[in-house]
Amino acid sequence: MRTLGQTTQEILDLASKHFNVPAGSLAPDDDFFKKLGIDSLQTLEMLSRLENHFGIELPDYEVQGVSDFKTLAERIQSRL
Amino acid sequence: MLDLSKYQSIGAPLKEALVQFADEVCLIEADREREKERLTYRAFRDRAHPLAKALQDAGFAVGDRASIIMTNQSKWLISAYAILFAGGVLVPLDYKLTADEQWQLLKHSGARMLITEYPIWQQLRAAAGRSAATNLKTILVTEALPNADLDETHRWEEFRGAGEPVFIPRERNHVASIVYSSGTGGRPKGCMLTHENYLEQCAAFPSLYPLWRGARYLSILPTNHAIDFMLGFFYPFVCGATVVHLRTLRPEFVREAFAKYKITYVTLVPLILKNLQKGLQARFDALPPAKRKMFNALRAVNKALTKSRPRLGISRRLLKQVHDAFGGELQAIIVGGAFTEPQTLQFFYDLGIPVANAYGLTEGCMGSTVNDLKPFRADTVGKPLPGIKVRVVNPDAEGIGEVAVRSKTVMAGYLNDPELTAETIVDGWLMTGDLGRLDPTGHLQLFGRKKNMIVTEEGKNIYPEDIETVFESLPVREFCVFAANYIWPRRSMVGEQLVLALHLEPSQKYGEDLRREITARNNRLLNYKRIHGVVLLDEDFPRTASLKIKRNALAERLAQLDRATAILSL
Repeated sequence: MRTLGQTTQEILDLASKHFNVPAGSLAPDDDFFKKLGIDSLQTLEMLSRLENHFGIELPDYEVQGVSDFKTLAERIQSRL
Repeated sequence: MLDLSKYQSIGAPLKEALVQFADEVCLIEADREREKERLTYRAFRDRAHPLAKALQDAGFAVGDRASIIMTNQSKWLISAYAILFAGGVLVPLDYKLTADEQWQLLKHSGARMLITEYPIWQQLRAAAGRSAATNLKTILVTEALPNADLDETHRWEEFRGAGEPVFIPRERNHVASIVYSSGTGGRPKGCMLTHENYLEQCAAFPSLYPLWRGARYLSILPTNHAIDFMLGFFYPFVCGATVVHLRTLRPEFVREAFAKYKITYVTLVPLILKNLQKGLQARFDALPPAKRKMFNALRAVNKALTKSRPRLGISRRLLKQVHDAFGGELQAIIVGGAFTEPQTLQFFYDLGIPVANAYGLTEGCMGSTVNDLKPFRADTVGKPLPGIKVRVVNPDAEGIGEVAVRSKTVMAGYLNDPELTAETIVDGWLMTGDLGRLDPTGHLQLFGRKKNMIVTEEGKNIYPEDIETVFESLPVREFCVFAANYIWPRRSMVGEQLVLALHLEPSQKYGEDLRREITARNNRLLNYKRIHGVVLLDEDFPRTASLKIKRNALAERLAQLDRATAILSL
């Protein structure tokens, strides 16, 4: 079982790889819309990647309004 | 369709529809490949009436305001029905706003009740803006996990009363809902829409875009938006049609839904329509040369045959694969909320998929003009709907002036803002702030905007004053945000940009440090709200006696600068 810290780190790693930003440039408190400059459709794409990675299903409505990696990690953690 | 002229409020025909269409399916809810729920009108009633009873038992009274902050789903519509049944006023808020913005509007609206989804409530509960005093007495949350910390909220699923609720009649001129057309941050614009506005708006559709029992409407635009509230709830319900909700908006599942549920109508914003166009074009381009040639020939035949009017039967046979992908029963894609480029409209029409391009403001309930497809015109937003008058005020030599709308669909006014209401509704005419021209056939063509705002392709209205807070205490003498086209009027509905006008301190230079500071603050804004560039003006901004910036006067001053060189990009 992953810890919340590990989950968060894996999300940051995946996001930096997917959106081509330097590893280590993202922090848990970052707003991913702003930091990655992505729109809501691209965010849905990122979520699909994360679902595959963690082997879970994350309903859209559960991540509605979530904009930072930390909260996203908490939502994912509760489903692991 | 029920005869709406017989009713005084929107709650009354909805109540009647649940009886008259009892055995028809009113709602289908799907999540990804799974269908989660299918409700008949009777089942809808069985859920909504106990909720209305519980509301009444909790002291919810006639004229009380109740806010809904939810994604598109059955519980949205069930809640709205119960609120209207109990004589309440709906305050639908955008679930995509930040929690602080939602608190601000909850406060402004004076909502006494809030119905929201548990994950949204989690954001609201933790938000700093929560300290703002509101009138909220009752909060219902849907889909709370079994062990969720509910605090002072109630589970929506358990909030049920025993016995029949009492239907509370309303008059046509009573306010049915308060819909925020924008204005978070600066000046909330809460459009007070009356029962008459909705009843008249709805009655205008059937002659152009009929719905019937069993027809299926795919509800994708958020239901808090006036368009989906009408087309994804009220209109289909009074026709006995079916509304399809998807709990996911991931493109692959949305595409599948068209074919799976044999969708009759859908409404999209231009951005999504354009994405759809790109996806289709990529598939056409990938066809082997021989097939592509054949496809292009069929498309040319279709184009020739549908020149004067759509012929869906022929188009579906000629371009079967394309139409099958859309379910084969699509009557039209309705597009609105923002300006759509003619070539995108033409692209779909040439495939035999009519796109009903519509134009309207929330202030006018939703749609004032729509393309009637007789014949299809890609260069206009159509003709006024039945019962709606459109005129062009102070036209110039080319006939272009401000578009004004007069009809029973025009709102009662902005909540708590008589000043703004008086500026917007003049002698009974809704001044849209958009520039247009009526051609000899009665079609409205749009050319740009008169007001200081922009509309994104996603259909979001952005008012410059609303984003100024992010630049507060910027180390400059003064600043002001404008839509570039407001300063330098341009005959265009695309490529709209925001600019930041700056007046620096006497010895200050516009250097790298300042530019970086502005960029950093700009990046705090959602991408569609960001400013595009900076305009420098080395003089005091004109101000009123109360020291507010006179935006009109400042814009006139800035207009003397050359647009091409004045905007310094970030």
